[in-house]
Amino acid sequence: MVVINGENAENASGLTLAQYIKNAGYNAERIVVEKNLEIICRADYDKTVISDGDSIEILNFVGGG
Amino acid sequence: MQDKLILGNKEFTSRFILGSGKYDVNLIKAAIEQGGAEIITLALRRANTEQTENILDRIPEGVTLLPNTSGARNADEAVRIARLSRAMGCGDFVKVEIMHDAKYLLPDNYETVKATEILAAEGFTVLPYMYPDLNVARDLQSAGAAAVMPLAAPIGSNKGLATRDFIQILIDEIDLPIIVDAGIGRPSQACEAMEMGAAAVMANTAIATAGDVPAMAGAFRQAIEAGRTAYLTGMGRVLARGGSASDPLTGFLR
Repeated sequence: MVVINGENAENASGLTLAQYIKNAGYNAERIVVEKNLEIICRADYDKTVISDGDSIEILNFVGGG
Repeated sequence: MQDKLILGNKEFTSRFILGSGKYDVNLIKAAIEQGGAEIITLALRRANTEQTENILDRIPEGVTLLPNTSGARNADEAVRIARLSRAMGCGDFVKVEIMHDAKYLLPDNYETVKATEILAAEGFTVLPYMYPDLNVARDLQSAGAAAVMPLAAPIGSNKGLATRDFIQILIDEIDLPIIVDAGIGRPSQACEAMEMGAAAVMANTAIATAGDVPAMAGAFRQAIEAGRTAYLTGMGRVLARGGSASDPLTGFLR
């Protein structure tokens, strides 16, 4: 099972991060990604393959104080 | 000589740090412009694809981003959030904010010192939000903080300078910019903090909950500038007793 932002993402396994981000509709320039507590830099989205058991956070900036 | 606020390796003319929470992103540009703010705070949260607006598209170029570590309950979580924020590629400023008390939202000073030490060693420009305690402020300075951000009152309370005397101690004793953060509810309170010698004031809720967000940002700008000028000028003296005429004491009509 793959967990992305706390939710099961059953179809993500096997995709690269770049593919997942594009399919899901995120703007890659406006997010930061952490896979299994490791930050994945944008240049590595293409070569990072999502595997069963991965826990991924896709984050962005929002208003805050 | 120009009066500059120096944080890390950056210089600022404005002494108003604007928060961006709790109001429409469409108002951010106008609030920055009317407030004259050169630094704006942000938070890092899980992204969702339904949200079409991104706050970064609303912030004018040249404004320094100050991501906070809100949501962190200890130093490790704050360090994790700070590293992720820096990976966004928008600079190395971070406001360390660590709390695990949902009622008063008071910062955990001990964990804040720990996070500050780690992040400063990694090259971050660290602005720690803290409860105004002189010993902790000294620890934060030793840990490599670029400034110290004591709270005036609980976050979002708009109650003003509840910790006034303790902030004054930090201003008098700590050789770092003291930025009053949290609880400042009115321009007059921001002005008072600046008159006391604060290096800057950070405000969010006071502006977000105002009738006109950009106009209130403008009012804070004026108040902060007035307070800074008054501080630099040197305040007029206060008499312990009695009065002192402002008019000549001779030449009265009789």
